[in-house]
Amino acid sequence: MAKPKVATTSLAGCFGCHMSVLDIDDRILKLIELVQFDKSPIDDIKKFTGRCAIGLIEGGCCNEENVRVLQDFRAHCDILISVGDCATMGGIPALRNMVPLQECYEEAYLKGPTVHNPARLIPNDPELPLLLDKVYPCDEVVKIDYHLPGCPPSADTIWEALVALLTNKPVQLPYELVKYD
Amino acid sequence: MSATIDFTIDGKEIKGQPGQTILEAAQQAGVYIPRLCYMKGLTPWGSCRVCTVLINGRPQAACTQPVAPGMVVESNTDKVNALRRNIIDMLFVEGNHFCMFCEKSGNCELQALAYRLGIAAPKYPFMFPKRELDMSHADVFIDHNRCIQCARCVRASRDVDGKHVFDFADRGAHRRIAVDAEAFLKDTDLAVTDKAAEACPVGAIVKKRVGYAVPFGQRLYDKEPIGSEIETAAAK
Ligand code: SF4
Ligand code: SF4
Ligand code: FES
Repeated sequence: MAKPKVATTSLAGCFGCHMSVLDIDDRILKLIELVQFDKSPIDDIKKFTGRCAIGLIEGGCCNEENVRVLQDFRAHCDILISVGDCATMGGIPALRNMVPLQECYEEAYLKGPTVHNPARLIPNDPELPLLLDKVYPCDEVVKIDYHLPGCPPSADTIWEALVALLTNKPVQLPYELVKYD
Repeated sequence: MSATIDFTIDGKEIKGQPGQTILEAAQQAGVYIPRLCYMKGLTPWGSCRVCTVLINGRPQAACTQPVAPGMVVESNTDKVNALRRNIIDMLFVEGNHFCMFCEKSGNCELQALAYRLGIAAPKYPFMFPKRELDMSHADVFIDHNRCIQCARCVRASRDVDGKHVFDFADRGAHRRIAVDAEAFLKDTDLAVTDKAAEACPVGAIVKKRVGYAVPFGQRLYDKEPIGSEIETAAAK
């Protein structure tokens, strides 16, 4: 039987949650036995090759590209998991949600103390993904099946959840493994 | 005369004392009822409703409701815990709770209740309100982003410290904790040794220069859920 496929992505995140996946140490060998990675920065596959059993989402949505990737994951994955505080609640990038978008641009490109921008231009190239008005947690954009909070969630948290799902067991994590920090 | 007042919580027989609240009688018997605005030593306030129980089928706040003979109380049931989860969810989304850099994380009662009730993420959309910081005082700061309006600081200052430094200003969604001076916390007579400076269940009133004093794994609620101290004390 073909191994179930797992896809991962980092949206508005810092790759810390992906580091936490790698932090399962030598269990990664066991994981490779259990699953095959599809679209993911771990193997650098850019496009889905087919249907996936599980999609791991790091980061919330801060721009239109994040939204498209997230919708693509929803379309291709049976189970979608928000991994980390940014995916589940917006996280650090959502600190800008209390500031109007225009003010964020001005601070970043015009007023910030370290800004050198003699042309006084705010980047507006069509190649750049358009920023959303706010940073959105994933479940405000698509349906999410499981949430694994944490900044990042510990390797054990991610491991336990994956193993439970891959072996068709309920995801019941012990108390110490569900934390918001 | 000290006849006990007998009633049940989730089928367990409890012997309360006259004048006790349900929450206190339960606690004495080793039954933990979740709470946020309640704090031992302060006048019960009854505002957060996290301690909601069903008494003979009707919802009441266990921290204000006195014990009465023959009451049938439901507390740790799916139905009641679902109500509590909704309250905790709402408290999270109506403020700005960035636990990953909050000094209170690991020792925070709001966070601990979310853990105990099994909340992986709040189910409501986040409001991300714009709230202020008051860093003016030399030893204590207010972070309004994290205030859940439990009034523990209000009562601690008024009733224990005898100062009335804090109270609420504005109404409805704009209601917020405020200090009794025109301007900022520095203009009040709040001292870092006041009860009010340590009454906050969350990271809204915080002592400066303490920071992240206790390492991960050793904080109050890292290993055991909030309330287990009450449950295990009774088991011994
Ligand atoms: S006050 Fe509590 S819930 Fe809010 S950010 Fe701090 S630790 Fe998290
Ligand atoms: S500042 Fe803290 S103690 Fe005071 S009302 Fe807000 S949450 Fe409660
Ligand atoms: S603890 Fe009873 S209403 Fe808050």
